[in-house]
Amino acid sequence: MEISMTLNGRKIKASIEPNTLLIDFVRAQKCFSVKRGCETTNCGLCTVILDGKPVLSCSILAARCNGKTVETLEGLQEEVAPFTKFLAEQGADQCGFCNPGYIVNFAALLRENPDPTDEEIDFYLSGNLCRCTGFESQRRAFRNYLNYKKEQEGAK
Amino acid sequence: MLKFKEYACPETLEEAYGLVQKKRNIVLGGMLWLKLQDRTVGTVIDLQKLGLDTITEDEENYYIGSYVTLRDLEIHEGLNAYTKGAIAHAVEHIIGIQFRNCATVGGSIFGRFGFSDVLTVFLALGAKVELYKNGIVSVEEFINFPRPLQDILVRIILPKNVDGAVYMSTRNSATDFPSLTCAVAKVSGEYRVSIGARPMLATLVTDEQGILKDGITKESAESFGEYVASKVTFGSNMIAKAEYRQKVCKVLVRRCLNEL
Ligand SMILES: Cc1cc2nc3c(=O)[nH]c(=O)nc-3n(C[C@H](O)[C@H](O)[C@H](O)COP(=O)(O)OP(=O)(O)OC[C@H]3O[C@@H](n4cnc5c(N)ncnc54)[C@H](O)[C@@H]3O)c2cc1C
Ligand code: FES
Ligand code: FES
Repeated sequence: MEISMTLNGRKIKASIEPNTLLIDFVRAQKCFSVKRGCETTNCGLCTVILDGKPVLSCSILAARCNGKTVETLEGLQEEVAPFTKFLAEQGADQCGFCNPGYIVNFAALLRENPDPTDEEIDFYLSGNLCRCTGFESQRRAFRNYLNYKKEQEGAK
Repeated sequence: MLKFKEYACPETLEEAYGLVQKKRNIVLGGMLWLKLQDRTVGTVIDLQKLGLDTITEDEENYYIGSYVTLRDLEIHEGLNAYTKGAIAHAVEHIIGIQFRNCATVGGSIFGRFGFSDVLTVFLALGAKVELYKNGIVSVEEFINFPRPLQDILVRIILPKNVDGAVYMSTRNSATDFPSLTCAVAKVSGEYRVSIGARPMLATLVTDEQGILKDGITKESAESFGEYVASKVTFGSNMIAKAEYRQKVCKVLVRRCLNEL
């Protein structure tokens, strides 16, 4: 079947099998940041933003996204650059496998709530699992970024 | 994993209903549960063109389309003000935000899962389901409908006669399946308690013995908790034992009543 969608700002058309999952579709479009961690809806590594909302691409049919807008980490580089630096500074990752899912979902959180509390961050990211770390360094990084952003805004 | 050959996106409910009449075809909700099943079907039916993804209201009811997501339920201000946050509390532990942006209320109710937080809360609230061919029935009745059911859940109807609701659940760890779910609501003056994840399907208990007839006090809440725990049947599975569930039930009912 034929589908069309806007992927990372680019209008694309493609011919797919009806049972193609969105994760496989976007990877075929070279969005390799989108990965499978569990495939059972638990880990959040496959997170993409569909029509403005973060969703699990491992469990959505590409066919359902016909006519919709999909954003992956590849298309969010500018938006996430300010806070990925803070993650790196904290050495937040060990293996780094969980990282794309975290970043995309944190970007989605900031769109909904530009100034979240630590509790709100924990709540929003509860569907992103990291097997190596205890979330502490990620949490510190996000907090440092938010504090930095406030300082910058205050200085203006 | 779910396997299928065809994908259909009907333009009308009648067309969708026609497709469901073939035993090999299935309706998609958010597909999260379906996808994990080891099952081969003919056509999957996507209802996304039918406008079932909205929450509306009139003077008497809220109308929740079957494609409304669990996240939509969680952040809907009117619905949560009306149910004192009970609906948001029922869904907020289910996996994560991305999951709840995909899972639908229709799939959650239609699936009639024993562990369902969603079914537990709507049962206590006295909600009804509107099925395309079987019409409007209460959630209590719907629970006992035959399976498989070749019909379409169009929307959930939540009458505006709820005067207070509280939801609580226990989990062995965050975002896991619940070990017990409990919703208490006062609907048209009647106390309704729904207990789910027993691990069997949610079941309803009302105050047939008038334990709460003089209102909720520390004592009456305690004895109603004991009454519910003695009336409901519990079972054991890998998440919790029956005895544990029975003890927790007593406590959750009491706590919910004290918060009502
Ligand atoms: C890993 C995992 C953990 C979960 N944990 C919890 C939890 O802790 N608490 C909880 O309450 N729930 C939990 N759930 C269940 C989840 O919340 C949803 O209830 C479930 O995924 C079904 O919703 P869905 O939209 O994905 O429906 P689907 O999986 O698409 O469909 C479920 C069933 O309903 C049918 N169906 C769907 N929509 C309609 C319709 N409109 N008309 C007729 N038939 C329809 C489908 O054919 C299918 O039989 C969990 C699910 C998973 C996969
Ligand atoms: S791969 Fe999708 S949630 Fe884990
Ligand atoms: S750093 Fe390894 S999974 Fe998160």
